[in-house]
Amino acid sequence: MWKTFVAWFHRMGSPKWFYEITGRWIPWFAAAAVLLITVGTTWGLAFAPADYQQGNSFRIIYIHVPAAILAQSIFFAMAIAGGIGLIWKMKVADMVAKSCAPIGATMTFIALFTGAVWGKPTWGAWWVWDARLTSMLILLFLYFGVIALQSAFDSKQSAARASAILSLVGVVNIPIIKYSVDWWNTLHQPATFKLTEKPAMPPEMWMPLLVMVIGFYCFFAVVLMMRTRNEILEREKRTQWVQGLLSEKG
Amino acid sequence: MNPKRKKKLVLLSSMVAAVAVAVGLVLFALSENINLFYTPTQIAQGEAPVGQRIRAGGMVVEGSIKRAPDSLDVEFAVTDYEHEVVVKYSGILPDLFREGQGIVTMGSMNADGQFEASEVLAKHDENYMPPEVEAALKASGKTAYGESGAPAQ
Repeated sequence: MWKTFVAWFHRMGSPKWFYEITGRWIPWFAAAAVLLITVGTTWGLAFAPADYQQGNSFRIIYIHVPAAILAQSIFFAMAIAGGIGLIWKMKVADMVAKSCAPIGATMTFIALFTGAVWGKPTWGAWWVWDARLTSMLILLFLYFGVIALQSAFDSKQSAARASAILSLVGVVNIPIIKYSVDWWNTLHQPATFKLTEKPAMPPEMWMPLLVMVIGFYCFFAVVLMMRTRNEILEREKRTQWVQGLLSEKG
Repeated sequence: MNPKRKKKLVLLSSMVAAVAVAVGLVLFALSENINLFYTPTQIAQGEAPVGQRIRAGGMVVEGSIKRAPDSLDVEFAVTDYEHEVVVKYSGILPDLFREGQGIVTMGSMNADGQFEASEVLAKHDENYMPPEVEAALKASGKTAYGESGAPAQ
């Protein structure tokens, strides 16, 4: 088991192999993403029941929550990839980390934006400086920092090293976002979904949400693989296999 | 794993751990300032400064809302189920404002121990349900998800 994992890990480190295998995966993930997001959106917006207090405005949850979950997961993935790049000097890991940053920043922005739009009718304010909102804003700035560091160096290696260190340091913010609503008094409500308890929401409301979350993960996988493949072609353009690919495509 | 990589892994993990400890200590030192609002108990115990602009939060006490007939002035009590604070406000309240609802309000304590609010925000809880379920729960005399009147955090 461990041996197959190590073998797989080392094979993933080869840009050529990564390029080929993801080329086969992308259509499947793309189909799943389109299907899940279409079903989830229709179900959530048209068929799920309205909330007893917020009415229809609660439906923004079907975008807000998946975006917020992805924003944090992507940061975590970026830090892990960056750490692997630092320790094992694996070029593919550096490229994956680099490709994560803009996707994560977009998700964070979507979460903040939909949160503001949701906050105005329910709370009565677009923005409040409470711990949850502020730590999420810091996450956005961390993403901006990583993106800026990626393009601040001439050498790809220094850029990868600097941004990996910033992502690893920034990981500290993830549990702060998660637990901000429990540790401090905030305007943002505590989590509706907990691992140990039943969700504080009936199934006809959380099932479309679950579909949306999985759909968002598939969408992220597709975009991540496409960006990384681009990055591979760019960096490996002088190698024989990329040249061969180019002449094949004409 | 070769020794060089192992060293790097240890170095990186200790760096992340050190940063986590540093941030943890800073947050612990600032914890009072990170809280968005003071609870009625904190106000009653004199932890909240008098005369300064602060935020107070809690649940609106059932039956405590008094509206002036000829203006937007409104008076209500906010509780954390230990202490109560009377809030005076003049203006339009958010849609979710109702009795039993969590709110956060900005303003200052006056000399009579009342809170003069300049802004009222509604806080909603983590429970969502369709209106029919809520009606059925009300009819059977239960509250949502078996939690009865847990104080707002």
